[in-house]
Amino acid sequence: MRIVAALLCGLIFGAGLLISGMVQPAKVLAFLDIFGAWDPSLAVVMAAALAVSVPGFRLADQSARPWFAGQYFRPGKSGIDQPLVAGAAMFGIGWGLVGLCPGPALESLATLSPGIIVFVAAMAGGMMAHDVWQQRQLTAQRDQQLASATDG
Amino acid sequence: MIHPLLATIGKLGMANFTPVSAAIGGALIGLAAVLLMLSTGRVAGISGIFSGLLNLRGEDKDWRIAFLAGLVLTPVLAGLIGYGMAQPALPPNWTVIVVAGLLVGFGTRLGGGCTSGHGICGIARLSPRSVTATAVFMVMAIVTVAITRHVLGG
Repeated sequence: MRIVAALLCGLIFGAGLLISGMVQPAKVLAFLDIFGAWDPSLAVVMAAALAVSVPGFRLADQSARPWFAGQYFRPGKSGIDQPLVAGAAMFGIGWGLVGLCPGPALESLATLSPGIIVFVAAMAGGMMAHDVWQQRQLTAQRDQQLASATDG
Repeated sequence: MIHPLLATIGKLGMANFTPVSAAIGGALIGLAAVLLMLSTGRVAGISGIFSGLLNLRGEDKDWRIAFLAGLVLTPVLAGLIGYGMAQPALPPNWTVIVVAGLLVGFGTRLGGGCTSGHGICGIARLSPRSVTATAVFMVMAIVTVAITRHVLGG
């Protein structure tokens, strides 16, 4: 059931991106281009999404467990740190360069556009590079702690 | 006859503004996010769902694959009923595409989310982290477009 539910949610999410026009990089860039011929559609998309999701998530907060899973997996809300800001800034630059964020990029794989395939491959590469980098940081930190522990 | 308000908006340069389809599409995106949370207990953050497939550990991949399959199937199904998706317009420069993809991938992992996870789910959950992330990526994207279109692009 969990898989059927996830598939249906993917279809609905995809329909939303398609109908709103947010799969078109040109339309996203027209929103971001506030000094050009500004198209506020993306703001309407976000407002409409929030109009549904704010009460919807409140409903989820009140229920003890999801329909087809043992528990809710909710990311932490607090702790505005440097990685959050730096990561969001990098994402913003990449988003502004081409007008693609992960959802529309993955949905657009359906068009088999070579540019989209290259973008998604680069995006996957960026994600894996992050994880390798983070692992190295953690290992280096641990080694340092071990070294200082033996020194002391 | 064109409504005077619409005519005014057109003059402001909003000729491509599509509020009705944007509202319908946005509501569907919000609905999908809520249904995914209620049914599987997961946040509909596309970067997080996708990156969870990239590690080698085999756990917890089934619902991710199902969600992304639905996402990719939508334009195919829409095409069958006559609403095919146009080829996306991308810059003619492969370097720009690759650099943008790398930044989006690395940045969404480092920042813990993208437009969907932070921008819709996180803000809907009133998360200060997500509000901050959304403000930062919006401003950076606007600045990037301003530079590429109006400073460099002339």
